[in-house]
Amino acid sequence: MTTVFVPRDSAARSVGADEVAAAIETLATQRGASVEIVRNGSRGMMWLEPLVEVVTAKGRVAYGPVTPGDVADLFAAGFLDGNPHGLSQGLTDQIPWLAEQDRLTFRRVGLVDPLSTEDYQAHDGLIALRRALTMTPGQICDEVTESGLRGRGGAGFPTGVKWRTVLDASGPSKFVVCNADEGDSGTFADRMLMEGDPFMLIEAMIIAGIAVGGREGFIYIRSEYPDAVATMRAAIQRAYEAGWLGPEVLGSEHQFDLKIRVGAGAYICGEETAMLESIEGRRGMVRAKPPLPAIEGLFGKPTAINNVLSLASVTVLLTHGATFYRDFGVGRSRGTQVFQLAGNVARGGIVETAFGITLGEMIDRFAGGTASGRPVRAVQVGGPLGAYLPPAQFDLPLDYEAFVNAGAMVGHGGIVVFDDTVDMAAQARFAMEFCAAESCGKCTPCRVGAVRGVEVIDKIIAGQDTAANVVLLEELCDLMAEGSLCAMGGLTPLPVRSVLRHFADDLDQPKGVHP
Amino acid sequence: MTLRESAPRHIPWSEPTALQIVHAHLGEQGPLLPVLHALQETFGYVDPLAIALVANVLNLSRADVYGVFSFYSDFRSTPPGELRVQVCRGEACQSVGGRALAEHATSSLGVDFGATTTDGSVTLDEVFCLGNCALGPSVAVNGQLRGRVGADEFDRLVHPGTSNIGFA
Ligand SMILES: Cc1cc2nc3c(=O)[nH]c(=O)nc-3n(C[C@H](O)[C@H](O)[C@H](O)COP(=O)(O)O)c2cc1C
Ligand code: SF4
Ligand code: FES
Repeated sequence: MTTVFVPRDSAARSVGADEVAAAIETLATQRGASVEIVRNGSRGMMWLEPLVEVVTAKGRVAYGPVTPGDVADLFAAGFLDGNPHGLSQGLTDQIPWLAEQDRLTFRRVGLVDPLSTEDYQAHDGLIALRRALTMTPGQICDEVTESGLRGRGGAGFPTGVKWRTVLDASGPSKFVVCNADEGDSGTFADRMLMEGDPFMLIEAMIIAGIAVGGREGFIYIRSEYPDAVATMRAAIQRAYEAGWLGPEVLGSEHQFDLKIRVGAGAYICGEETAMLESIEGRRGMVRAKPPLPAIEGLFGKPTAINNVLSLASVTVLLTHGATFYRDFGVGRSRGTQVFQLAGNVARGGIVETAFGITLGEMIDRFAGGTASGRPVRAVQVGGPLGAYLPPAQFDLPLDYEAFVNAGAMVGHGGIVVFDDTVDMAAQARFAMEFCAAESCGKCTPCRVGAVRGVEVIDKIIAGQDTAANVVLLEELCDLMAEGSLCAMGGLTPLPVRSVLRHFADDLDQPKGVHP
Repeated sequence: MTLRESAPRHIPWSEPTALQIVHAHLGEQGPLLPVLHALQETFGYVDPLAIALVANVLNLSRADVYGVFSFYSDFRSTPPGELRVQVCRGEACQSVGGRALAEHATSSLGVDFGATTTDGSVTLDEVFCLGNCALGPSVAVNGQLRGRVGADEFDRLVHPGTSNIGFA
């Protein structure tokens, strides 16, 4: 029996993984070959999807990108024995792009059958939870703080400090909420983790519950991710059956129950207080802070709310110890970040690496330049509220503080590359347009400012009073940055200003004529 | 299997069924969003008649329920087309031709985003990111993700008789 892996990840399926799996099954039957197909998560090398892996005595051998039409040829070449073929990528673990990463959070994604509890435990699953069960809540919070872990959802707040606040808050009932809204364009790591290693998130939620004294958790997943929702639901059911969730977590005195909530197409519900409103059954309107959700959160109870990757990182640091985790990274950005290479790149996907790698290394070494083969002109880091950076800034290290000092942000780690055909005036306009479309409407600088921003940029693009309108746009950005209640209106000026600063030519002579 | 055959089966609006759905969620904390999702999954849309019904059972005002219904772009008040086509307009897809695909989508189907073709076959929606940003331009058809979608591929996916899930 030969084991063949074909990803079930929705990105792999978006380019034909299901059809490839079906073709392998059909041909195996025809040829009398004994094959077991396992649908794993994706290894995150998106340009090689669908990536088929065959288990051989030497290790897992990779072939990709495979189309259903290639399958007969692969059989003829003897791919079930790992034999050479034009699509062969050699041993998966030795593909330099993968081998040069520090896969900690993503260590199991693509390796295991996502819904197998046996596989999970055979690959270090539950070690962190078993350890947490021997610790006091305070010790868990301290260890998370010592690791230097900061929130991966965008704001970079120390996770251990947040948990400690919830732990110290009084009240018999507290909540743990996972922010799986992943609204930032150019990001897909939360989705891939949920589809490829759902038990890791479940384990992390239980640990968070123990650490803050909460017995109930919600995972809020955006509706644009139906496969992640289905995988998480199936995994939660299995975790209950296995006694990981429920009244006695792993036979202990701890109780933890976990539910899924599905979003409904509102970007603002990724903002933590809007998310709480949404779970409570209201419009996703941002709440004024204070009170912090840690003190008065879901249904008025103390609530720890964390991004998928922040939570997943906790299982890593509890498995290997705070020091191990903190030893990755630079300055105040400790550990690894799961970067996502997206857009016009030759080699897109998941690059998990220690903080501190430069943007240029990321683009040259990992992304391999653009998919179009044209020169890179701009890179947007950190989603729709992140700055556009020109190649002149490629020596910037990917580090929270270095990016803030450069008028940019690392955010959730999305890196979107544009070639020289991009019209940066259009990108600045889009930033305002997006804010206008997704604003919750609670405060004027954002609600009205974004609409005005689109109008002003339209005038600039039309060549009307360019100089005066650019000044007006700058003032509008100041107003939004200073007067908005949350980072939606507060950070929309970031991409707009970055265009004014680095790509002013496109505003002076717009319409995308940039040879 | 064609995408059309894979389309979710919706049933016509029925008050008893709607009541059953709302009651099934009564024990939940903050049941309103799950209720609206469940109604839309069953009927394909949230009938205006459902607003008062939901308000009644959940002990909310009609304005509250309508306010929530209208805030979230997923919820619709009219039946959808057979195919729900979501075209990604996010930046990563823009960088590989997403803007052109969005234009092609509206002109090829002859409707704006948010509308359904007159023959009821396709509802065209815009979406800001489908989480497939390294394989854009991305489109989702009835929730199934498609990557590297050019104009021809788009037409193959959405036009009657030609839409086929298969990758040749
Ligand atoms: C407009 C807006 C959108 C946001 N979207 C997300 C999101 O999709 N996912 C996420 O984890 N955090 C998002 N955040 C950040 C959250 O408000 C919050 O900081 C985060 O969930 C805290 O978790 P962490 O400390 O683990 O990062 C968003 C913030 C704003 C202002
Ligand atoms: S900044 Fe925008 S999104 Fe944030 S609270 Fe104000 S109106 Fe709402
Ligand atoms: S930006 Fe289009 S899928 Fe993410």
